[in-house]
Amino acid sequence: MSVGARHIPDRMHSPAARLLRRWETLLLAVAIGIFIANSLASPYFLNAWNLSDATFNFTEKAMIAFAMALLIIAGEIDLSVAAIVALASTAMGAAAEAGAGVPVLVLVGLGTGLICGAINGVLVTGLGLPSIVVTIGTMSLFRGIAYIVLGDQVYKAYPPEFAVFGQGYVWWVISVELALFAVLAVIYGVLLHRTSFGRAVYAIGNNPTGALFSGIRVARVKFVLFLLTGLMSGVAAVCLTSRLGSTRPSIAFAWELEVVTMVVLGGVNILGGSGSIPGVVLAAVVLGLVTFGLGLLNVPGIVMSIFVGLLLIGVIALPRLWAMGRR
Amino acid sequence: MSAALRSREALLVAVIALLLAVIASRFPGFVAPSNLSAVLYDTAPLILLALGQTAVILTRCIDLSVAANLALTGMLCAMLNAAAPGVPVVAILVLAAGMGAVLGAINGILVWKLTIPPIVVTLGTMTVYRGLIFVVSDGAWVNAHEMSAAFTGFPRQAVLGLPVLSWIALAAAALALVAIVRTPLGRALYAVGGNPSAAVYAGIDVGRTQFLAFVLSGTLAGLTGYLWVARYAVAYVDIAAGFELEVVAACVIGGISIAGGAGTVVGTLLGALFLGIVKNALPVVGVSPFWQLAISGAAIVVAVAFNARAQRRRGRIILRRAEAGS
Repeated sequence: MSVGARHIPDRMHSPAARLLRRWETLLLAVAIGIFIANSLASPYFLNAWNLSDATFNFTEKAMIAFAMALLIIAGEIDLSVAAIVALASTAMGAAAEAGAGVPVLVLVGLGTGLICGAINGVLVTGLGLPSIVVTIGTMSLFRGIAYIVLGDQVYKAYPPEFAVFGQGYVWWVISVELALFAVLAVIYGVLLHRTSFGRAVYAIGNNPTGALFSGIRVARVKFVLFLLTGLMSGVAAVCLTSRLGSTRPSIAFAWELEVVTMVVLGGVNILGGSGSIPGVVLAAVVLGLVTFGLGLLNVPGIVMSIFVGLLLIGVIALPRLWAMGRR
Repeated sequence: MSAALRSREALLVAVIALLLAVIASRFPGFVAPSNLSAVLYDTAPLILLALGQTAVILTRCIDLSVAANLALTGMLCAMLNAAAPGVPVVAILVLAAGMGAVLGAINGILVWKLTIPPIVVTLGTMTVYRGLIFVVSDGAWVNAHEMSAAFTGFPRQAVLGLPVLSWIALAAAALALVAIVRTPLGRALYAVGGNPSAAVYAGIDVGRTQFLAFVLSGTLAGLTGYLWVARYAVAYVDIAAGFELEVVAACVIGGISIAGGAGTVVGTLLGALFLGIVKNALPVVGVSPFWQLAISGAAIVVAVAFNARAQRRRGRIILRRAEAGS
């Protein structure tokens, strides 16, 4: 901790060095490392079908994480996503019970997600309430409604064709969910990194007042982000319900934690203002590989959650410890 | 006088009185002293945790790990009792509070020294603590027959007409009531939450105050952990799952502003009692207990909206931000 003249570099780092120091590069290295460790630890890991199964560990959560990443970059958060999945799934179950066909079921799922997102959006941007508490409230509210409707019952009258979203394959081992994940990754990557809307998201996260004075409709952008997060929760609900073939009110329990972990692990600043979609994609793959690898080693799910919790704190703590050590 | 009438506390007292009156008009047995005592007994854990959470929220933080802390400490107490029934209850109480304090201190250190946002820290420790219960217990339950009579009997022992658990909650509330207005730490909680920059200039260590708030919240959670397990005479991985939301709900309903620095202990008490009465009244008036979750969710949203309206007219902020934390 020497206090002296500050060191000023005479030239910035070269592009190659900058690329090496990027968070995404580190994540890619971690992903490759885990991949190698897994294939050494378990003889069942290196198998195309097993790996394809492994993707189900992260595809649904990652879909929500894309929208959540934008929301967190803009300085807000939505903790009600898992509850939205539960409510959307319950709504679909009720519709299926009433004899709805597949298109109607999908519309019901996406529509429920949009409505929930709109409620969060109105409460946060319309009434100016802090998103953390609002979404803690709506989290109990949405899941509570699912409990009121279902109680200890279960919906499982889904038509057989509905299974295509969660159990179908596009080509060979590429599942419908994996394809959807890839398409959504590209869409959100373009939206965040190549459009003026994406620039507005960064601007709001860095300085909401500055963004407002630059002519960005801050409230409207945030409202759209809450809508998107609700919609993506609806998409995830369609996939998850289709994959499981049944709905209980406890469906997708505590997913909000894993989604936020994914986003933060992907290098998105929890205080807003920075982050990237490629980072979130890599974080999703890393988390998926870790849970799948631990699963092959017969580690119970709740022990994996310890790992996820430590990871969440660790990825934020390490850079700060690093910065403290260098000072 | 009119200001006192328009306060959150007065509003809550009116709402609770109205609620009780409506229930009593159809089910007079609900307001019988014995039943009200049962409601207090049932709400005592919520009161204890909400008091700790109040300290945390006053400093602009939030502690989502309290329920997991409660469950982990409770499980350890139960396992200790099952393994060594001879350990006196006093020792277990001290152990539970100490254990909870350590778990709370972990949150506090991460918030204080590494300046990680509290919501992230406690979301993380929430899952870690919950997972640790599985690791220490191997997923097994500790059942009533494995616990000693002294262990399970303590919280329900009647003293002067009320069970010990209720007395502990009342004592904690009385202590908090005095401490928050009469001790430097109590005033520091408000100063840190109201305006951290001004608090720094007033010589208050913001991080340290937040750390102490987390330790306090953890201690109460740990203590309640033993009381909870002893009261229900069972310990397993999922006890008090999701209870943290009810705790935050009690605070927010009680008028504790999530933006920090505003709210009173009396408000928290009333918020907890409101939720406790609703919870106990649901089965009496014939509503499915599955409504509980949605009702507390709706109550949080309504209360937050109310809190925000109350804060609209605030003084001008002169000091925006302290120079890099002293």
